[in-house]
Amino acid sequence: MILVEFAETRNAFATGALASGERRAHRGAGLLARHGEALREGVRDGVPIALGYLAVSFSLGIAARKVGLDAVQGFFASLFNNASAGEYAGFAVIGAGGSLLEMAVVMLVANARYLLMSCSMAQRFSPKTPLIHRVLVGFDLTDELFGIAIARPGVADPYYSYGAMVVALPGWALGGMAGVIAGSVLPERVVSALSVALFGMFLAIIIPPARKSRVIAGLVLAGFATSALFAWTPLLSGVSEGTRTIILTVALSALAAALFPVDEQDGGSEKAGDADSAIAVPAPEGDACRAA
Amino acid sequence: MRPSIVAYLAVMSAVTLGTRILPLTLIRRPITNRFLRSFLYYVPYVTLAVMTFPAILSATDSLLAGATALVVGIVAAWLGASLPQVAAGCCGVVFALELLLA
Repeated sequence: MILVEFAETRNAFATGALASGERRAHRGAGLLARHGEALREGVRDGVPIALGYLAVSFSLGIAARKVGLDAVQGFFASLFNNASAGEYAGFAVIGAGGSLLEMAVVMLVANARYLLMSCSMAQRFSPKTPLIHRVLVGFDLTDELFGIAIARPGVADPYYSYGAMVVALPGWALGGMAGVIAGSVLPERVVSALSVALFGMFLAIIIPPARKSRVIAGLVLAGFATSALFAWTPLLSGVSEGTRTIILTVALSALAAALFPVDEQDGGSEKAGDADSAIAVPAPEGDACRAA
Repeated sequence: MRPSIVAYLAVMSAVTLGTRILPLTLIRRPITNRFLRSFLYYVPYVTLAVMTFPAILSATDSLLAGATALVVGIVAAWLGASLPQVAAGCCGVVFALELLLA
């Protein structure tokens, strides 16, 4: 569609039929006519997500400040990452003084599910969708934004994602910055209490599915136990927190995948999305998010 | 030598954005391998579990407060409390306990 627009614009330019200002107005009106509805719906669905992001990112900001980030760094870390588990894992590497290689591998493992969501999203775009739209939608393909975009029927309209991003992205970025600032100005006792907010969120994400699935329950328990083993056993405690996360995640997930493969033809991608949903958005299935 | 914060953040952001953008732009076919799909499905649960424990014990000023927050969080989530409720519950318990213990 965009290609057609460009072609039209170029034609108009070539024939000199439209003056520059008129040409731009013409193109702008065309865009709105075609994508205004999707854009508006995106903004509408993005608002509750933005509010949740503000809170999650705020607690990540508290963690970021502990490892030495300032407010501006907190802002950019939040803006470019938009991932609760990923950011936390990254901040842990910074805190431990790990190498840049360790950082890269930790981030790859913590964010591995985005590879799956990104593949899945690619299926929903029209094959003609230009590269720039793929890059921009990918930029903020979080669990929640993936969830609401994939829940829409038919071919994905990037402008729907842009609408949601316009509100959700500032929520996440400003929350991260606010967390760093709050961490510096709030009393120590309050900061100490807020430090567990993130762990509370992690528990809220992993415990309900563990209640429903014995495999996930077993995995969570095995994760707790092996992680404690690494932390408390004299020889293993030399392994940094980041490396521990990589080793255990890869080993336990591979074991579970070999013993208990997920059966659904296309269930994996969307379910993986639920697992780290930073907030309780009524996720992929159902009309809840469309009606919100 | 310890890398600078900016270097850390650059690597962090580059990898995150790479995982989101590269498949969308390059791989335009679905992942069909059953093992790989299952592996990616399980990854987030294990990552979050490993990062939560035992780190939660040392996140606060007192070990007891951290341990109590863990128990409260698990029980609340098990009983169906929402994400903000679980998070607030954990914070509240730590705040109250540290106030009492101090």
